[in-house]
Amino acid sequence: MQTATHIPHDVNYLDYKGKYKGIFAWIFSTDHKRIALLYMYSMLVMFVFGVVLGLAMKLELIAPGRTIMGPQTYNSVFTVHGVIMIFMIVIPGLPAVFGNFMLPIMIGAKDVAFPKVNLLSWYFYVAGAFLVIASVLFGNGTPDTGWTFYAPYSFKTGTNLLPAIFGAFILGFSSILTGLNFIVTIHRMRAPGMTWFKMPLFPWSLYGTAWIQLLATPVVGITLVLVALERIFGIGVFDPALGGDPVLYQHLFWIYSHPAVYVMILPAMGAISEIIPTFSQKHIFGYKAIIASTLGIAFVGYFVWGHHMFTSGMSGTAQYTFSVLTFLVAIPSAIKVFNWISTMHKGSINPDIPFLWAVTFIFVFMIGGFSGLVLGALATNVYVHDTAFVVAHFHFIVFGGVGFAFFGAIHYWFPKMFGRMYDKAWAKMGWAFFTVGFLTLYSPMFYLGMMGMPRRYYDYLPEFHAANILSSLGSWVMTFGLLIIVINLFRSAKIGAVAEINPWNGKTLEWTVPSPPPVENFDEIPVYGEKDGPYEY
Amino acid sequence: MEHVTQHSDPHYDQEASKLGMWLFIFTELLLFGGLFIVYSIYRFLNPEAFQLAGNELNPVIGTINTIILLVSSMTIAMATSSLQKKNKGLTILLLEITIMLALVFLINKYFEWGVKFDHGIWPGSQHLINDMSKGEILFFGLYFVMTGLHALHIIIGMIIIIVALKRVQKGTVHADRPSLLENAGLYWHLVDLIWIFLFPLFYLIH
Repeated sequence: MQTATHIPHDVNYLDYKGKYKGIFAWIFSTDHKRIALLYMYSMLVMFVFGVVLGLAMKLELIAPGRTIMGPQTYNSVFTVHGVIMIFMIVIPGLPAVFGNFMLPIMIGAKDVAFPKVNLLSWYFYVAGAFLVIASVLFGNGTPDTGWTFYAPYSFKTGTNLLPAIFGAFILGFSSILTGLNFIVTIHRMRAPGMTWFKMPLFPWSLYGTAWIQLLATPVVGITLVLVALERIFGIGVFDPALGGDPVLYQHLFWIYSHPAVYVMILPAMGAISEIIPTFSQKHIFGYKAIIASTLGIAFVGYFVWGHHMFTSGMSGTAQYTFSVLTFLVAIPSAIKVFNWISTMHKGSINPDIPFLWAVTFIFVFMIGGFSGLVLGALATNVYVHDTAFVVAHFHFIVFGGVGFAFFGAIHYWFPKMFGRMYDKAWAKMGWAFFTVGFLTLYSPMFYLGMMGMPRRYYDYLPEFHAANILSSLGSWVMTFGLLIIVINLFRSAKIGAVAEINPWNGKTLEWTVPSPPPVENFDEIPVYGEKDGPYEY
Repeated sequence: MEHVTQHSDPHYDQEASKLGMWLFIFTELLLFGGLFIVYSIYRFLNPEAFQLAGNELNPVIGTINTIILLVSSMTIAMATSSLQKKNKGLTILLLEITIMLALVFLINKYFEWGVKFDHGIWPGSQHLINDMSKGEILFFGLYFVMTGLHALHIIIGMIIIIVALKRVQKGTVHADRPSLLENAGLYWHLVDLIWIFLFPLFYLIH
């Protein structure tokens, strides 16, 4: 690596010519901005796979009975769809792309604390992705366990599960390294004068997220190792025939995988907390309350995993406890929504593209959140457990929450990342199609679940036909919207109008550096004075 | 362990690299933490079978290995402090002793496992499945997983120490830039610490 001091400040990170040429200038680069784009492009590839599988499921469900695939294929399709979307898109999504790109700039640093580890974690990401793809292409059949790999089926199924499990393990390792890097970066590299409570909210959300990544991921790591060893050697820990307990697997799995939901949603909330004050041109309402609720969600999120297992066999006491704790999570989430709305109050609102995404985020996130309360309550949970209602709920949170925030964030930071502005008319059209399609796709599933349609079946009773047709139509509209968004952004990155340094009049540090940012971000490390803050309008 | 080996740039921050290492150690503890939970649950459910199976293990080899690891922790700590005193020769010698001790630990482990295999005990073996109770199957399953994962960490630790040794010889790790060696030491203490818990759980509780 070239030493920092020799890189001229007027060369931006996209044009910079380092030691390596061509593609190697990217895949050997330890620049956090290039790594962020590496993540984004590899995620886009996996996302296309995931979307195609999702479309295939919706097409299968457009009519009862076999439409385009049989039960075994359907099982494999929802498994691979889940593994890709959860482990490769929504968990790393905002931290690995916008966290990597924006965190150092927003706190006034030249890079993350461990740039090489940062690159290593992208290598792990790619390795994990290849392993998952290998499990699809080779062996006797694609995994069919669902993304949760529940015991005992996960070591009984004849399909090629081991690569997928190792893939998930390695992706977890990648996530741990990213989290570790961010914690150290935030502790050690904030600009002089930027105290903890002068740090912008997106870095704050990454900080909470990073701790969850660090504290929860190892547990699922060892659990996946145990399932793999169970498959290879038959050690017995999850196998009832050998004295093990499959429900213990579910506990260990959800001890990680529930906090992982907050790995997905916290950075999404962080991005929204940046967009809303900028487009309201107003100081964020309740800055400290938002931080407290971020940490509160991160903390309480550890103790609610049992709500995934209300029908798996737990004591009554455990069920009440998990139910009550689940309701507690709603409080900090509601505080955030309240703060966002209050920030808009009497602000001078600029309803530009990122703001549209942010408000639709709040809308779908609230639907997802309220349906979560239905699932967190014991009685209703038993009624809708394992139905399409659950699928609707977590798509509203995971895809609605993370997806809308991701698109909001990309439309917000795009001019900074690429130095060009996208075509706003097309962007608005993409947003409209996506939102309408999204709601048409997932809303009917609430109804279907309430009526008793189970999830994870390729077939259903004739009375569910009408709502399923609507849902499948929605999937096409949404995909059309996605295409518009992606094509518009790709086109604009090449031929869009040159963007100003600060097109939205934002007050955080990334709007003080040129677009696209120079290799070392800052010529001189900024200093925060007494009166400075991230949202001083 | 890349993050401890990278400081060829002017932004050398010893505190950051130490903080990173501590966080990484934290994740390792949680990794084993999952196994300790599994162990305690099954011990609680099958107390007699665990006691019976525990009698099969040889506490003498276990004790010897504990002493070996404790001594190796001492030698690597001494290596760190002799690096600070700029005594390069002694540092190298102490690191070599540490690596030798780790190797002896693995050899002991090899013979210990070998004896089990001779008795027909390994995960999924016919003897285990046909002749033993479910609690004993679980005990030996966990025994092989936990000591095996620990042995893997010994090997990783040895590799890190060898890298640190090479860097000390080359002179890129020295009294003013000791991070790599210090972090190798921290990692080695972690490996030692985990064994300190494994040893009583498998060999001593009766």
